[in-house]
Amino acid sequence: MATGPEPSLRLTLEEFAAFLADLRRLGFTLLGPTLVQGDFVHREIAGVADLPRGVGMVQEAGTFRLVPREDGALFGYPVGQHSWKPVFFPPERLLWTGRRTGRGWEIRLPPEDREPVALLGVRPCDLAALEVLDRIFLHGPYVDPYYQAQRNTALVVAVNCTVPGGTCFCASLGTGPRAAAGFDVALTEMLTGDGHWFLAEAGSERGRRLLAELPGRPARPEEEAAASQALAQAAGHMGRSLETAGLKEDLYARYEHRHWAEVAARCLTCGNCAMVCPTCFCHLVEDSLNLTGDRAERRRIQDVCFTVAHSYIHGGSVRSTPRARYRQWLTHKLATWQDQFGCLGCVGCGRCITWCPVGIDLTAEVTALRLPETPGPAGPEEHHDQAGASAG
Amino acid sequence: MTRLEPLLAEHPFCRDLAPGQISRLAACARERQFAADEFLVREGEEIREFFLVRSGRVALEIFTARRGPLLIQTREAGDFLGWLGLEPHALWVVDARALELTRVIVLPLECLNQLLEEDPILGYQLLKRFTQGLARHFASMKRQVVNLLHGL
Amino acid sequence: MLPVLLPVVKRRRETGDTVTLTLDPGPEGFGFAPGQFNMLTVLGLGEVPISISGDPGDRSRLVHTIRAVGPVTRALCRLTPGETVGVRGPYGTPWPVAGQTGRDILIIAGGLGLAPLRPALYQILARRREFGAVEVIYGARRPEDLLYREELSRWRGRFDVRVHVTVDAAGADWRGPVGVVTTLISHARFDPPHTTAFICGPGVMMRFTVGDLLARGVPEEYIFVSLERNMQCGLGLCGHCQLGPLFVCKDGPVFSYARVKEWLTLREI
Repeated sequence: MATGPEPSLRLTLEEFAAFLADLRRLGFTLLGPTLVQGDFVHREIAGVADLPRGVGMVQEAGTFRLVPREDGALFGYPVGQHSWKPVFFPPERLLWTGRRTGRGWEIRLPPEDREPVALLGVRPCDLAALEVLDRIFLHGPYVDPYYQAQRNTALVVAVNCTVPGGTCFCASLGTGPRAAAGFDVALTEMLTGDGHWFLAEAGSERGRRLLAELPGRPARPEEEAAASQALAQAAGHMGRSLETAGLKEDLYARYEHRHWAEVAARCLTCGNCAMVCPTCFCHLVEDSLNLTGDRAERRRIQDVCFTVAHSYIHGGSVRSTPRARYRQWLTHKLATWQDQFGCLGCVGCGRCITWCPVGIDLTAEVTALRLPETPGPAGPEEHHDQAGASAG
Repeated sequence: MTRLEPLLAEHPFCRDLAPGQISRLAACARERQFAADEFLVREGEEIREFFLVRSGRVALEIFTARRGPLLIQTREAGDFLGWLGLEPHALWVVDARALELTRVIVLPLECLNQLLEEDPILGYQLLKRFTQGLARHFASMKRQVVNLLHGL
Repeated sequence: MLPVLLPVVKRRRETGDTVTLTLDPGPEGFGFAPGQFNMLTVLGLGEVPISISGDPGDRSRLVHTIRAVGPVTRALCRLTPGETVGVRGPYGTPWPVAGQTGRDILIIAGGLGLAPLRPALYQILARRREFGAVEVIYGARRPEDLLYREELSRWRGRFDVRVHVTVDAAGADWRGPVGVVTTLISHARFDPPHTTAFICGPGVMMRFTVGDLLARGVPEEYIFVSLERNMQCGLGLCGHCQLGPLFVCKDGPVFSYARVKEWLTLREI
């Protein structure tokens, strides 16, 4: 596996801790995974001590459980329900405020003083998700200024996945388990006979400069090989897979497939899948007024396409049935997204499968949709006249 | 005597047709059954069949994006559904959906039209019955329009 | 994108539930193409997409015809001269008037659909010689629901435009046609292979009108419809206005039928 032009660094656990301290000293607000009452949450961290150590996960359709790990790994798990989307696309954001003065209304942008953030522990699937979001918020006809400002300053420390999850399928989408691009530094955590260490690669000029300051020594070829092997093994143990060849065409041809009704019978339209998805971007725009009527606000608030209100125009909603709404989510994520943004909306993180309360698995639903439709009880029964049926 | 002739003979659309005429129709006809919520035809499809409803109920509907299907009229047992004498390649302007288990006799237009061209006497009989049925359907629709649009 | 606050200078009641507001866009004026829309804000209450219904040749006035169907549109319909409206836009794809030189034009409107079509008609009449026949076909529920009645009479009074109007139902003082809009198409004079149609109205009306025109031989790439979906940002970012892969606010609202027909024939999309 090719690495960058410079060799990778080998960092001890202490050197890794020093790296985190360096980031904070440089003025970054360091965000990383923490465990809060059994939930994996991305929050500001002070250092290694704040990371969940010796924690693993069991993930299956509709199932999430933490399990202890003997090896004290800091990243011995796949992704939790949090992605990194909220850093750049917060679920709620004040867009502007209006003040009514004697002269009428005045509209102002909110003050934006923001410290640059460093993201620690961005998994390759979530990295791919950020690149997907870039296409939406940076490369379209309208650029989101908040997203742009955050993206330009954020430092990304990716962590490659040596422990795949039961619902992961990044390998079949080509989005993991190893980060290829889009990061400043990528780490692979290794726990071998040699101890607890990290392979660190730079993915940008900024990353190179950071690693150049660290005390760690260059990694030996056998150490790079061990990391590559661990990642290759992870790629071979994904819990799920999704065949992307012809996916858009297959779904475009199956909008009236009988299987949608079958999923709809299970789907609660709770929207969990959309809420945990690292690429879903639907949002409401809501205006409000204070009690004295002299201060107005406009907020952008995360929305999901599973609500009846999502497709409401006066008179009614276009997608009033659960069947239509589940179909919208799946066909958008896997098919129409490709025509809109030139990439797949799904990054194979598996969160929608894990966090669906009834365990709907979009990889299984796609497989079912791709099966040839056989006539069933709902098909018409024809009774032909035996003696003289003629075609006329 | 084939199985469909008594079924045709007992249907009001074929009342008082001669046995020979019924036999000729039976040669085109076949039976079909639609489950509840199954569509007989969809808006925009070519009109290719003429239906005699034997039992059950069929809704004529127009689908709207915001309110779903809007039901206009129904066709009941003893009624017919379809068109005779239209130009070729005419299209359905409504959906027809079975509201309950519905049994029909289907007369494909390809066969029926050829039969009527060859047997204009039978053709005139069927067109008369068709026009009378249309008049009934239309009269009802006119009264429906008055009731709905003028709030009676 | 912040709304610009513009004052209402004129308010005109069109029908029982429809009002036309004229806004003063200020010294720089407001330029738009026919068929485009603005996002209009009632401060503190909400924002709605409303087609621009004025003359694209007149930058000094910004005109919207609004039907009161919800809290924001009801508030807009209650505004009086001097009050302000927040305006973002113009957004959306326009009626491609310029590309139709040499063709017969059908403007077919149902109900409020005449509002986004009126700017196209203004633009066509401003360069009338470039086109062949120009026929306006307009249907509303009842006579009292007809928009722009005085203008309809003025257009009818011209010798180079034909205007056909029908209603779904009427009382005794209506002497015009009664029936759906499509019944008037056979009264219009146009050469189908050389005709462009701009259609706007309720979904069912557009669907059947398109079907009728296709059956008469108007090519599907020359039939244009204006679609409506839930729009909250106008920028193609909030996700609500999607019709399959198309964002109605950004890839539309005006589409050629050829482009959208596959998505329109699917239900609940």
